[in-house]
Amino acid sequence: MFTILDLVQPDNLAEAYQILSDKRNNTILGGCAFLKMGKKRINTGIDLTKLKLNYIQEKDGFIEIGAMTSLRDIETHPLLTEHYNGVLPQSVRDIIGVQFRNGVTVGASVYSRYGFSDLITALLSLDTEVELFKAGRMPLADFLARPKEKDLLVRLWIKKTKRQASYLSFRNSASDYAVLNVAVSMLNNRWTIAVGARPSKASIAISASALLSLEGATSETIEEAAKRTSEELSFGTNTRGTATYRKALCRALVKRGIMEVLACKSN
Amino acid sequence: MQIELTINDKVVKWEVANDEFLADTLRSHGFLSVKKACDTSCCGLCTVWMDGKSMLSCSVLSLRAHSKKITTIEGLPKEAEEFAQILSAEGAEQCGFCSPGFIMSVLAMKNELVNPTEEEIIHYLTGNLCRCTGYMGQLRAIKIYLGVA
Repeated sequence: MFTILDLVQPDNLAEAYQILSDKRNNTILGGCAFLKMGKKRINTGIDLTKLKLNYIQEKDGFIEIGAMTSLRDIETHPLLTEHYNGVLPQSVRDIIGVQFRNGVTVGASVYSRYGFSDLITALLSLDTEVELFKAGRMPLADFLARPKEKDLLVRLWIKKTKRQASYLSFRNSASDYAVLNVAVSMLNNRWTIAVGARPSKASIAISASALLSLEGATSETIEEAAKRTSEELSFGTNTRGTATYRKALCRALVKRGIMEVLACKSN
Repeated sequence: MQIELTINDKVVKWEVANDEFLADTLRSHGFLSVKKACDTSCCGLCTVWMDGKSMLSCSVLSLRAHSKKITTIEGLPKEAEEFAQILSAEGAEQCGFCSPGFIMSVLAMKNELVNPTEEEIIHYLTGNLCRCTGYMGQLRAIKIYLGVA
């Protein structure tokens, strides 16, 4: 069990960031569900509850999601159920249970860059930007590639488009972490294929996405894109599955994901 | 530090530690319906409502209950008894250890979903584990309770 020597609820982001920077083991508290399973000794726990970061709203052509928004809100909010074929609600609906998703926050899920994350994979397939307090706004893919630095995730911005998307995961049991998850999306014939729980953090299959975008989705290119995804990304072994198994799953799920996007009603 | 919250419609002021979780706080004040089992956020036995939303009290820092409305099964005796009678009649009760958290989830579902399908019921209750039953008796009881049997 982790310990917290001091706990603060800052009134603004600048204060929260200052406290975070003051000491190495000062930590932002998200939903605490994962944190509590570790043995971290936290000097000052920073609770962002007072900062009113729990919201999903439309702004300037984007869907804006505050860092303290719960995964349950992602699952049920009409803006997200009605856009991108509901790929975001779909990605979180099998994470443990409703009570768990009521407590877990978007900010902690994304900022922690968990390899097992379902949400990151789905976000990666959309036009998602991350807004950090210090480093500012950047594409999610860039954020995931950056070295870990102390910062504070404030909100996510997802470009509001007619992007069609699909999310698929393979689990050993219904509410377990995914053995592998895949999100595929398409806008104006530009495709994005993202794969997560490899078990390392989610990544975009750049070459396979480009193949589909350039050559279009035919039965041959779909097969080739699925194969190329499984070859260009790396896979690892853990208790849930071997690298070989994940690679085979990847090929099957990517193919299904592409087919699902093609079958979307508005196509 | 001191927190002030409403527990089952009664305003209380409690001293809590920085790293104390709500399940421990509630149990230490006599709300023993709140069970602790997995302590890893997956069994649902510690389910309470925070401002009407079901939460795992084993994973909520007590400080976050400050100025919130917390409801445990002790605060819903009429509703709990009504559903418990049906559970019992359907043979869905065995050791009963998971029942308080399970009933809190069912009551939350009743408030949230209108005429849920069997699939929706099962999905909503994925976060509540029972080691005795096979869930079928509970599913029958829920359908009768919600009038969707």
